[in-house]
Amino acid sequence: MNARLSTFLITSVCFVIAFLYVPIFMLIAYSFNYSKLVPVWGGFSVRWYEKLFFDSPEIWEAVVLSLKIATVNACFATILGTLAGLALVRFGHFRGRTLFTGMISAPLVMPEVITGLSLLLLFIWLQNSVGWPNERGFTTITIAHITFSMAYVAVIIQSRLAGMAQDLEEAAQDLGAKPLRVLIDITLPLLAPGMLAGWLLSFTLSLDDLVIASFVTGPGATTLPILIYSRVRLGLRPDINALATIIILVVAIGVLLAAWIMFRQQKQRELELNMSEET
Amino acid sequence: MSQQIDYNDRPWLDPDAEPFIKVQSVSKHFGDFTAVDSVDLEIYKGELFCLLGGSGCGKTTLLRMLAGFETPSSGSILIDGINMTDVPPYERPVNMMFQSYALFPHMTVENNVAYGLKRDGVAKMEIAQRVEEMLAMVELTQFRKRKPHQLSGGQRQRVALARALIKQPKMLLLDEPLAALDKRLREQTQYELMNLQEKLGVTFVVVTHDQEEAMTLSTRIAVMDVGRFQQIGTPTEIYEFPNSRLVANFIGNANMFEGRVSENGTDHVVVESKDPACNFYIDHGMSIQEGSKVWVAVRPEKIKISKQPPGETSTNSIKGMVGDIGYLGGTSTYRVLIGDQRIVEITSPNLNRPKDGNPPIDWDEEVYLSWEPSSPVVLTK
Repeated sequence: MNARLSTFLITSVCFVIAFLYVPIFMLIAYSFNYSKLVPVWGGFSVRWYEKLFFDSPEIWEAVVLSLKIATVNACFATILGTLAGLALVRFGHFRGRTLFTGMISAPLVMPEVITGLSLLLLFIWLQNSVGWPNERGFTTITIAHITFSMAYVAVIIQSRLAGMAQDLEEAAQDLGAKPLRVLIDITLPLLAPGMLAGWLLSFTLSLDDLVIASFVTGPGATTLPILIYSRVRLGLRPDINALATIIILVVAIGVLLAAWIMFRQQKQRELELNMSEET
Repeated sequence: MSQQIDYNDRPWLDPDAEPFIKVQSVSKHFGDFTAVDSVDLEIYKGELFCLLGGSGCGKTTLLRMLAGFETPSSGSILIDGINMTDVPPYERPVNMMFQSYALFPHMTVENNVAYGLKRDGVAKMEIAQRVEEMLAMVELTQFRKRKPHQLSGGQRQRVALARALIKQPKMLLLDEPLAALDKRLREQTQYELMNLQEKLGVTFVVVTHDQEEAMTLSTRIAVMDVGRFQQIGTPTEIYEFPNSRLVANFIGNANMFEGRVSENGTDHVVVESKDPACNFYIDHGMSIQEGSKVWVAVRPEKIKISKQPPGETSTNSIKGMVGDIGYLGGTSTYRVLIGDQRIVEITSPNLNRPKDGNPPIDWDEEVYLSWEPSSPVVLTK
């Protein structure tokens, strides 16, 4: 019974892993394909990587633009989202709190097409009535990304604050800290992990976004997802495979690094705990 | 230095003594719910005052109003003669020790303790020196660099105490200070807390639901129920002379008998109880109407249990049958059946070792219960 169960389990795990990773391995394999035609194997080569690094300035432009947008977006979204989360959890029952809670999380469920379309309409209206933004591109994409990233950060901060006992803040007040001081000394340091998670999430969401960015971008600004999508629409291309492989590598290293750091912190904490029990 | 209250010096009995903390007809409403209902309270300098009551009785709300975390819906709070009703917590000369201790998890023990002084802008040298002294006093010097999660429960409690005391507050508020400790540690810490309070002379206000804790710690206890004080008094007063059935039952155990006043003399009262049939002769006079309905409370340890009938059997004595015996080592608790229904509880010290393993009084044996005329308390509500 047990053995049969474990055979079944192993088989299902294999299937799941295959389902998740076979496409990615295909992509990696074909990035080393000599042939210009993607589906035809023409032998091993790194020529598409060479092309990518030495002969594709427009791709690098797109990478730089995407990273710039993602960074600015993550910073602003973290600040605004943290403020929103604080307002929702800590400032008691102000008038319209339920409405605000609902509205802050609306972008999470709103279809991207609609978010993109409505933002585009807003930008056009603003341009016609106040003359700003005079062209769509970096600024408009960043603003659009902030609007939905902020909602994710607010939700993360909200849950972290709800789990954080309020008596820590009260204790600080009791010891003579004015509300702003409490925020700086107690609340923000304790929220830091949540803020970091929010920053990283906003960064990834922004790097990943195709739909909203294509609505609000202008002729001069092409983000990486827009570039890849437009290239692939004209047919599968091996140099894009190479680019995708590099992205996968970077992401994998990032994830492993984060996991390793977390593992080490955990170890350290356990060690300290054991020490304190011994004494 | 010592401002400890002398045993014979009870400021609450002195009409000229000026109370240190005055709570004047303070109420607190949360929507339709009244947490604290127009209470008055006077606490004197150097007291260790306990607010005692079950959960939801309003004791914590009252404490939070003293700390400044809640504003009274009406009434005023004066501390050392200054009206503090609307003063925010960070400007009050009062510190609080939280039930959860609320130690800052991202700071070391040292920084936790120093926090209050830093906020007051005390000079660095002085902070270092005072933290040093405070840590030495609570015996945590070697743990100064630890974070709170690296400490045991008892150590955390001492950090919380040190952090709350370092600003030398006029009053220290303690919310269930011992609730998170295990029983043995709790008993030990009780005495440490009392010694510390005597040494520093700071006025302590303790909130607790644990009546034993309140009895051991306090100079005076206020028993609270549904937002009001039921009785305020020394532990002895509250135990020996409760003013209502509620207080009598809340502090310790009491056997309660319902009856009518049949005789009201200047130096004695007789109460006649129907169920069980018994006369209570009480050796002090009371201003009470003859024939009125009263309750008589007798504490379990004030009842004598014996197999021999006492001399006079109609007054201050009942006959019953042992229903249950709880052997606790030092004492035994007997649950004696009077008639079919009525159970009377008796606590009796085990003075002698039982011979041949036979207890002096066994299950289902017929026994006589008797008590001194000074033991019962007559309650009118």
